[in-house]
Amino acid sequence: MNASPIHKREEEATTVAPRPPLVRVDWLLLVATLGLIVCSLVTIGDATRDDVPGSPHYYLDRQLLFAGIGLILMFAISRIDYSRLRELKYGLYVTMIASILLVLALGAASRGSRRSFDLAFLNFQPSELGKLLLVLALSAFVVDRVRRLRDRDTTARTMLLALIPSVLVIVQPDLGSGMVYVVIALAVLFVAGTSWKHFAVLGATFAVAITLALAVAPAVGVQVLKPYQVQRLTGFLNPSSNPRDQTYQLNQSRIAIGAGEKTGRGVSGATQTKLNFLPEHHTDFVFAVVGETYGFLGAAIVLALYALLIWRSLRILTLAKNLYGALIAGGIVAMLMFQVFVNVGMTVGIMPITGVPLPLMSYGGSSVIVTLLALGILQSVSGEARMASAFKGRALNL
Amino acid sequence: MLQLQLPDERRPPITPQLALRVAILGGIALTMFAIIFFRLWFLQVLSGDKYRAQANNNRIRDVVVPAPRGDIVDRNGKVLVDNRVSIAVQVDARKLPPPGPRRAGVYHRLGQIIGETPSQIDREVKRQTKLVPYAPATVKSDASREVYSYLFERQDAFPGVTVSRVYLRQYPFGTVGAHMFGTVGQISPDQLKLLKFKGVQQGTIVGQDGIEYTYDRYLRGRDGATRVQIDSLGRPTGELSLREPAQGKNLKLSIDLGLQQEGQQAIAGLGNGRGAFVALDPRNGEVLALGSAPTFNPNEFAKPLTEARYRALTSQANGAPLLNRAIRGEYPTGSTFKLITSVAGLQSGAFTPDTIIDDPGSIQIGNIVFQNSGGTPHGSIALREALQVSSDVFFYTLGARMNNNGRQALQTWAHRLGIGRPTGIDLPGEFAGLLPTPAWRDRLFRKHLTDRPWSVGDSVNLAVGQGDLQATPLQMAVAYATVANGGRVVTPHVGLEVDDTAGRVLQTVQPGASRNIHLDSSNRQAILDGLHAAASQPGGTSADVFAGFPHQVDGKTGTAERPGQADQSWYVAYAPDPVKPIVVAVTVEQGGFGAEAAAPATRLILSQWFGAQKKFVTGTSTTR
Repeated sequence: MNASPIHKREEEATTVAPRPPLVRVDWLLLVATLGLIVCSLVTIGDATRDDVPGSPHYYLDRQLLFAGIGLILMFAISRIDYSRLRELKYGLYVTMIASILLVLALGAASRGSRRSFDLAFLNFQPSELGKLLLVLALSAFVVDRVRRLRDRDTTARTMLLALIPSVLVIVQPDLGSGMVYVVIALAVLFVAGTSWKHFAVLGATFAVAITLALAVAPAVGVQVLKPYQVQRLTGFLNPSSNPRDQTYQLNQSRIAIGAGEKTGRGVSGATQTKLNFLPEHHTDFVFAVVGETYGFLGAAIVLALYALLIWRSLRILTLAKNLYGALIAGGIVAMLMFQVFVNVGMTVGIMPITGVPLPLMSYGGSSVIVTLLALGILQSVSGEARMASAFKGRALNL
Repeated sequence: MLQLQLPDERRPPITPQLALRVAILGGIALTMFAIIFFRLWFLQVLSGDKYRAQANNNRIRDVVVPAPRGDIVDRNGKVLVDNRVSIAVQVDARKLPPPGPRRAGVYHRLGQIIGETPSQIDREVKRQTKLVPYAPATVKSDASREVYSYLFERQDAFPGVTVSRVYLRQYPFGTVGAHMFGTVGQISPDQLKLLKFKGVQQGTIVGQDGIEYTYDRYLRGRDGATRVQIDSLGRPTGELSLREPAQGKNLKLSIDLGLQQEGQQAIAGLGNGRGAFVALDPRNGEVLALGSAPTFNPNEFAKPLTEARYRALTSQANGAPLLNRAIRGEYPTGSTFKLITSVAGLQSGAFTPDTIIDDPGSIQIGNIVFQNSGGTPHGSIALREALQVSSDVFFYTLGARMNNNGRQALQTWAHRLGIGRPTGIDLPGEFAGLLPTPAWRDRLFRKHLTDRPWSVGDSVNLAVGQGDLQATPLQMAVAYATVANGGRVVTPHVGLEVDDTAGRVLQTVQPGASRNIHLDSSNRQAILDGLHAAASQPGGTSADVFAGFPHQVDGKTGTAERPGQADQSWYVAYAPDPVKPIVVAVTVEQGGFGAEAAAPATRLILSQWFGAQKKFVTGTSTTR
């Protein structure tokens, strides 16, 4: 407004051919993203101060590094037109399956459960990256068959494409990621407009499969789920029964959150965290640390940031310039919602333990970086939508 | 920023179907956030205090810091009982893993540390848990500091095993006073309900017997507590608060250490090694010494006794060392009872101090002939001479006289003097003895528990302390004290005062009220003269025993006949000193005549009391 006329003339000259801005972002989504990362760093920094003797910032430093790498990748990918990823669908899918198989093979070699490759500073988990790759690949497949959505065949193939990696990661064993894959497929089909009838059939099939896996198969001597997985899934129904086992974690987590009361016990007073009563307090149970240390107030702030994140993601879904963008947004929003609900639900004692990390909050490079990549793609969907509407002649009021 | 983005968001046209499905997704998200929000509200706001309490429960353990009990000191302040610190390893059977490999593992690891085999530990735990259920069993006392810190820091590896510093009672003089002190031990579930132990916490060490029991309220300290914070593995991470334990108060006894030692020494080894002695201040009933033989060393009780050792301490064959014969030994008293017969006869008017009775050596009463010991005739004698030479015929006659009219003057006065009823001493478990009466024997006869009803012979026997009579040495001492002090039946007591740790008096022990009986001073003087003559005049039953003794002694020998064993030796003496009068009663099972064992022991005790030279002088009198 106060700029001199000369400047103004120069500005007008440059706006003749509108160029995409250097940073094209959905600001509220970015605020939610950065807010959650700050919360994560504060919580992990406080909770893990005594965990590694002699280096109080061990986990904080690494999470900071992961967040930094993730944010750079997020900004980078947000400047790419996501639509070009559609052509790479086979490559993305094959990469996903291959990396999961590779980790399985290495796991077999080391005679134990393996979920990750040891890279320089990061345990890279293919199952985490697989979540995003599956969103991108499945969305592309569904877009290809959008005219045959009413075919049962389309629904069945899509589900099969998700179930293959799902079964592979459940075998790792990583039950949580396997469930996320199925949820992603359902969400992509749902947003694409698959008929309700298909979902009803899927629901029925799912119920039968669960019955077979949990009740019938063990009876005939085939163990689909490992005993500890069954116990985890059923333990939350009766949390006080066996304090030394899985339910012990649920109990301690509930006690930690409850003990936080309205405003929390503070960093030094959070005894559940400090004295190690709360297991996995920097990874799966990080929300319980928030609850104990910062109370209802802190937990509500974190939840509000997730609500903002999910609201903006849904908004971007509706703005997408093409179906591919909408399906990607649908897959990502379902992935985020499912993980938030299952993880927080677990820490407050209303969901079973499934080993699902809390997106952006839980410590862990793979999860943080992949989530930021997914948010980068959402930003790309958002940016492309704005570009498209700008070229349709609508004023770009920058 | 808002300005930057808002214009961007003009809705592009989307299909109604997509709008519906996005709305459904939004609805799911809303529901999910609502559920979590209300769950958080419930956990943190509505029931947050409950969970905070649980969190504190998780991390806080209260460790009891036991308080030492008060010291027990003699009347001059010499310590008879105090404490020492010991490290005890205890096993609580209820907190152990269930029997099986895990419990065996705990026993195995524990055994390696305390140097015992797993089966030894198992046996010990089972034995003690059977004795005192709900209390941890001590598997090792006096463990080293290393064992203490090792176990304390690894509590998670030893479920059910606790290690704690405890105070054990210590008796610097060993057997001295052993029968009075009693034992201490963890309060039992039944005791917790008693008014006496109101407010005592479970697991507290309380007095279980003897003085420790009677004066537990004063001797017991108040346990302290350390509140420690532990982590999830049970390792202590810091001390939160400390309530200092408060030591119990000291108890001063009326016992005189030197006299007690001398008494125990004096009776040890006499007769069959079993006997008892009591020394009283006749003015107020203060017990100056009280002991029983055989004795034991109470330090043994600091550690759990083995079963064999406990059997040895209670078996009749060994003389039941734990038995306190001074208050629980019930015996016929022989001629020491003649003092009571004298009081009864004089006060009831059956005779006077000057009544002359002829003693030809024997007397026929009914159709039975009663004899003096050895049939010795004493001629025509009055009370003084009768007591001096211990004429049985004299007292047989009195007994027969007092049998008539059913007035039972002998029993009435014996009862007034404390025979057949507890003296009320402040030691638990006192026996009342037996004062035979016509009603008692007739009842037994009606129930066919005896072969005959009461007859005059029973009165004749009672008059010389024989027959069915049973009395304790303490009762005899009280009866003599009553005559000595002019008619006050004192309540004997060993507790004198409660002191603080610096020795200042906090409270004086009030013994039970004493009873008064009416005793004419001329009658009393006649009896005492007779006792004095017995211990000093030629022909007196204990005159040779006390020959050369520098203080006045009024004493009576007794020789109790007990079926199936040698005679029991008795002696009861009163030393009428203006400053420190004393009554001493001594009995020695199978000690022979009174002058043979009990009287010489009494001389030793009196020598100690008056600081005279100690000499064991056996008398030659063969009277009863």
